[in-house]
Amino acid sequence: MKDTPIFAYIFLMWILIIAGGSLLVTIIAPISITGFGEFDHLLDSGIKALVAILLVVVWIFIMSKIKNWIFHKQIRH
Amino acid sequence: MVEKTVVGIIISAIAFGTVYTLTPVLIKALSKRNLVVRDYNRIGGAMVPRPGGPSILAGILASELTLYAFFPSVEVLAIIITTSIAFLVGLADDRKVLGGWFKPLALAGSAIPIILLGAYFPPHLEFPLFGYVKIPELYLALIIIIVSITGNTINSIDVLNGVASGFMTIASFALTISLFIVHNYDIALASLPLGFVSLAFYKYHKFPSKMFPGDSGALTLGAMYGTISIVGHVEIIAAVALLPAVINSFLFLSSVKRIIEHRQIKANPIVHTEDFKLMATTDKNAPITLVRLILANGPMTEKEVGFVIFRLALFSAILAIITSFMMGIKI
Repeated sequence: MKDTPIFAYIFLMWILIIAGGSLLVTIIAPISITGFGEFDHLLDSGIKALVAILLVVVWIFIMSKIKNWIFHKQIRH
Repeated sequence: MVEKTVVGIIISAIAFGTVYTLTPVLIKALSKRNLVVRDYNRIGGAMVPRPGGPSILAGILASELTLYAFFPSVEVLAIIITTSIAFLVGLADDRKVLGGWFKPLALAGSAIPIILLGAYFPPHLEFPLFGYVKIPELYLALIIIIVSITGNTINSIDVLNGVASGFMTIASFALTISLFIVHNYDIALASLPLGFVSLAFYKYHKFPSKMFPGDSGALTLGAMYGTISIVGHVEIIAAVALLPAVINSFLFLSSVKRIIEHRQIKANPIVHTEDFKLMATTDKNAPITLVRLILANGPMTEKEVGFVIFRLALFSAILAIITSFMMGIKI
């Protein structure tokens, strides 16, 4: 099928979404900041937000690389 | 449950019937006022009435207000208000060409009623297999981003006859099925009109289009989809069903490297063959889009390209339904 690369790209995006979710739930969510009194909650949320944004940036970077790899022929066209 | 099933049938019929009967009236009214745009992909460049947003919104409001009369809830209210504001944003853009940043920012503003009504509680993001993360503050930002992204993503895929409405029909029915699978019956009910409104509009939007949805139509559909994903807590599932449109936006943004309106593109990603088929351009300045990638395999008719996009939408819809089953499994 001629459109296989696009289907493959969608499938890889799906896998990356699930993998990203596993990282968020198992590693980042349990992070707990203590010792800063009333700022604990704020710092906690800030760090989690920062890591989440970083993950999105990494996700976009990976998708961009995969895009160039999968669609190399099409993009050159 | 029987009562909900009956109401589901009623609101689906209202959504479909309103758009199906109102759109021909709107086509006549717009044609009479010469509110038409050229369809550049059609031989002879036929003039097509635009926008179809008013009939789409009428279908949504009629069905959602009926649902609200039977089962009042802040979630349905949030869907009604956010979708209506998104329609107004689109209508403003239909009337006057506004800057590239206007729509993302204005759509972000349209999501505020979801926050004010508290329709998003509990503020957590659920992932398949691994459970959920509680992100009270971050979730508020996410609400704003989701509505803006879904609205603009559907708008960006509205490039060929029937694609936006056909794609939305597939994605929204996948979302409804997923909501049933995760046992969120109330929001599943509220999501039914989106699929039926899109399906009814597809009748007039499919190739050869008798009407274009315009920004008001596309943003209304996209914003409603985003709002349902938030109030139904199926954000990830909704994102999966939307993947082909997300890819389109991603390819476009990564090639132009800034947020601009489609009208501002200097080089068109598609050109026409002598027999008026669509063909990928060889212009290196043209952005890479989903349609351009599909056409990289050779020239196709507009209808054929549309069906390739629908196959991709069906594939994503299946992945979204699989994801919703995975929500019930915890590792």
